[in-house]
Formats: sequence, C-alpha cells, structure tokens
Amino acid sequence: MEHLILRVTTKLMFAPIILFAFYVQFHGDYGPGGGFQAGVIFAVAFILHAFCFGLDETKKVLPQKALIVMMVIGFLFYAGTGVVTMLLGANFLGYDALVPESTHHAGQHYGILLVEWGVGTAVASTMLTIFYHFAGREPDIDQEDW
Amino acid sequence: MNLIAQLPVLPIIIPIVAAPITLLLPKGRVPHLWACLFSWLTFAACIALFAEVSSTGPISYHLGDWAPPIGIEYYIDLANALVLLLVSGIAAVVFPYAYRSVQLEVDERQTPLFYGALLICMTGLLGVTITGDAFNVFVFLEISSLSGYALIAMGARRDRRALTAAFNYLVMGTIGATFFVIGLGLLYQATGTLNMADLADRLIGQDNRMVEAGFAFILVGMGLKLAMFPMHLWLPNAYTYAPSAVTAFMAATATKVAVYVIIRFIFSVFNFDFAFIGAAFTYVLLPLGLAGMFVASFVALFQEDVKRMLAYSSVAQIGYMLLGLSFATVEGLTATLVHIFNHALMKGALFMAVGCVVLRAGSHSIYAFAGLSKRMPVTTWAFLISGLSLIGVPLTVGFISKWYLLQAAFEAGHWYAGFLIVASSLIALAYVGRVAEVMLLREPAEDGKYAMPKEEAPLSMLIPMWVLVAANIYFGVRTDLTGGIAQRAAETLMSMAGGAP
Repeated sequence: MEHLILRVTTKLMFAPIILFAFYVQFHGDYGPGGGFQAGVIFAVAFILHAFCFGLDETKKVLPQKALIVMMVIGFLFYAGTGVVTMLLGANFLGYDALVPESTHHAGQHYGILLVEWGVGTAVASTMLTIFYHFAGREPDIDQEDW
Repeated sequence: MNLIAQLPVLPIIIPIVAAPITLLLPKGRVPHLWACLFSWLTFAACIALFAEVSSTGPISYHLGDWAPPIGIEYYIDLANALVLLLVSGIAAVVFPYAYRSVQLEVDERQTPLFYGALLICMTGLLGVTITGDAFNVFVFLEISSLSGYALIAMGARRDRRALTAAFNYLVMGTIGATFFVIGLGLLYQATGTLNMADLADRLIGQDNRMVEAGFAFILVGMGLKLAMFPMHLWLPNAYTYAPSAVTAFMAATATKVAVYVIIRFIFSVFNFDFAFIGAAFTYVLLPLGLAGMFVASFVALFQEDVKRMLAYSSVAQIGYMLLGLSFATVEGLTATLVHIFNHALMKGALFMAVGCVVLRAGSHSIYAFAGLSKRMPVTTWAFLISGLSLIGVPLTVGFISKWYLLQAAFEAGHWYAGFLIVASSLIALAYVGRVAEVMLLREPAEDGKYAMPKEEAPLSMLIPMWVLVAANIYFGVRTDLTGGIAQRAAETLMSMAGGAP
C-alpha cells in the first residue's frame, strides 16, 4: 500500500470538508458564506480525492456526465425560483410571493435559500468540470472515435 | 401571472432557461429544434415588448421587486426596444439556418453545447440591451462574450486557426470588459450608484478628472468590444474562422449592441453637455470613424478570403455608425440607429450567403466563388442584392442609411464628411464588385480544389437567407418604419441627455 498516511488522511478529511461546505452553504443567509464559497469547498473534497487516488477513481464516484446534469439542475434551481415567483404574481425573483401571508418577509428567506442551493450545485459541478479538463489533459477517447 | 407586467423580463428568461436544458438533449437534430423554438418565442416576446413600448412609452421593470436605484432595473425605451427587436429577429432567422451549416462545420457531439452557447450568447446580448443598470451591462456583456469565444473556437473542426482567433478575441475582449468595469468603478466612486438613471442625476455638475477618466475607460473598453478602428484587430480573424452561422449571428448583433451601449452611456448616463464628451466626439469618434471607413474598406479590397473581406467591411461600417454619433445631433443619432439596424440586415444576409457557399464548395476563398451564378444562382443573387445594399444602392436599406448619414453630415456642417461617405461607398462598390465579377463572369472550376457540384444550398438555409434579403428591400422601400422609429428614439435619447435637439 503506497502513501498509506495520505490515503487515510484523505478519507478522514473527505466527509468533514463536505460537511463544512454544507455549513457554509446554509449559513450564508446569516453570515459570510453562500453558494459560491460552499460550491468551491464541496468541489475541493473531490479534488483532494483525485489528488490522492487518481482522477479515474474520482470519475467513478462522480462521472463527468453527472456533473453536466448537476450544472443544469443548479442553474434551473436559480432560474426556476424566479419563474415560480413570476407565476405567483410577483416580479422575477420577488421572493415575498413565496409566503405572501408572512409579516416578516419569510419568503425572502426561503427564496434566497433555494437560489443559493442552485448556485452551490452549479458552482461545485463547474469547478469539478474545469478540474477534470485540466487534470485529464487529453480528452477521453469517445467510443465513436475508434 | 400577469403576462403584460412580466413582458420586459421574458426576452431574458425564455432563452436563459432553455439554454442549460439544451445540454441534456441528445446530439443531432433535437438541440437545433429546441433552440429554434425558443429563439422564436424570444422574438415574439420582443415584438410584443416593442409594441408595448411604442404605444405606452418607456417601461421599467424591477427585478426581485427591489425598487431602483437599489435593485436592478430593466429599462426599455424605443432605442433599446429597436435593438432588442433586431437581436432577437436576427437570432430567429439564424437559428433555423444554422442546422445544415453546423452539421458540416461543427463536431456532431458538440451540437448540444453549440446551440446552448448560441442561446446564451443571444441572452447576453439581449440582457446588455434591456438593462437599466450599469453593472448589469457588464455582467451580460461577459455572458455574451464568453459564450461567443466558445462559439468561435468551435470553428476549429474545419480550421485550427479558429482557436488562435478565439483566444485573441478572448484577450482583447477581456481587456475591453476590464476597462469598462474600471470605468464603472470610477463612476461608482464618484456617485455611489450603479443605476443608469440615478447615475445621470448624480453626475450633474460633477465635472472632475475621475468622471472624465471613467468616461474614457468606458469608451475605450466598449471601443474594443465594438471593434472601433484601430482596436479592431481581433475581429477579422474571429469572423473568418468562426462557423458560418456564428459569424452571421455575431456580425449582425454583437458589435451593434456594443455601439448601443456607447450611445446609452453618452446620452442617458453622462450628461451630454460635459465638455469632455464634446471633445471625445470631435477628436476621437469623428476622426476614428472616418479613418475606419477608409482604412478598413481599403484593406477589404485586397482580401483573398470573402469572409475576411466582409469582416473588414464590418469595421468600416462601424466607422459610419461612429461618424453619425459624433455629429451629436438628432439627425446624426437617427442615422446611427438606422445604420445599426440596416447593417445587421445586410451583413447577416451576406454572411449567410457565404455560409451556403461554404456548405457546397467547402471554402470561403474568393476562388470558390468562381462561376457561382452557374452553380448556385439563388445564393448568388442573395449575395448580390445584399452586396448592393452594402454599397448603398437605392431601394435597399444601405441607401437609407447613407441618405440619413449624408443628411446629418450636411446639417451638422460637416460637408467634407458627406463627400467622404460617398467616397468610401465607392470603395465598397469596388470590393463587392470584385466578388460579383468572379461570381458572374468567371467560369466555374471543373476540377481541383474549388470544384463543386452544381447544387443549390438546402431550403433550410435559403429561406432564412432570403427572409433577410427581402428585409433588405422591404425596409429600403418602407423607410418610415425604421427611420421614423429611429428618429423618435433619437429624440428621446437627446431629451434624456438634456442637449439641444
């Protein structure tokens, strides 16, 4: 077993990094943080995994195709929140329409939570896609290219 | 949902929601149909918005229900409604056209990415036009530019030089965007606001170095984006090596939107009677516009490559737009707005005709055009009519542009500019005539590199191309449509700036 210490440390660190990403994600409403930072931290966990176990192993966990789907879903979370508020009768991203009966703008809270979740998903998957492409150097040879 | 109340945001929401979904579609025909559908929906929204603005006056839309100047505002008056109509209209024509051309020029596996990027590019251009928030302009400008770099680079399947062209454009475009944002930073420092209307209010009486520097940065940054001579060096290569459909779309829209941004900043943000804006008109826009008209036209004359020739011609045409702007009169501004619209129609049609030739002959060198009238008569005539429009022959839109421009030049007292406009049109006659001579009089190559079958381009390309050619003639005859709207838009802009009309 090569680099045993590195491997064990990475395995130990992996889950806490993702937990920290979620903390930054959900703490974004009240303090420093939010989707952009959380997305990058989330991606860092997988980048660390790729450094230690090799890109191929990471791609087994999180394949490129899944990342594209994540990007799209993340973006649609954002735009979709806006469209929903439009359908509820407010302007685009007018969060108050989400909980119209609230007296203390609870809609703003839910709205920004949804939007930040979308941002986090999109940023994490985009960071990983950029990393995959830089680290992979040669693009994967497609089945059709043989 | 109240559709009329939400109308101002629809031209942005429709394509930006459709674009990411394109990535998930299977390669081939489906992404194209999907993108076409949404480009048409966007066009429909823009038509409705235009009708609304021209009947009820400027519309303001508050994103997230945050009132400006704190929130982001979309502000649509006649000037940007016209540009919105233009961008979405060109997109609605180019998207159907793209299919066969893209099939040949872009790797099939990249088709979902290609149409996604094309939709995002369109969103960016529409966003730059629609927004009333100065920083939002920068954000949308980057959205359109980044997808634009990717689209140009996709021409690499046919010619690897597309990669260096795209990289060159990326470097120049990023410098331009950076300059623009530095200018915005200076204005923000001076005023503490980013909303255009609010900026205009707070800039009154602020005649200091910081505001002047801000204006200079914005002018140079946008000058890079719109390929103002002598900052046009990225443009010829980018247009030459991009896929044909991308060239047709970007040549007709991207630089026009940047010209619109300059107009918007000069008239709606900076108070027009700042002395340094007058100096910029006299010592920067006027001479550079004139120089661009001549130098770029002259360079176009000696190009072996028809696409590159048309690209240089675009730089020259931007010279006309800047010239009209530099007169600082309602007539001059009208001429610029009319030419923004008309030049998009003619360059779109011309680049689409070149795309048809590329599809059959596999090259956009002038040698591939030899005897084209015997091989592809329909395409040849489309090229000729829009070429005549480029020169400025009566009954075409080009004539209308030149007419308004001449009128503006003489009324502003720049009679020499009037003669120079005619003189540079003669150069246009020479370079279009050169291609016409090759198409009509030369014998087609029977064998060798440029030999091609006697086969017309497919209908899916011919119909969109002829729609634009027909628009060239229609708006050349019905001058009251574009001219009247441009005049009203120019008057609105002038009155916003507080300058004497």
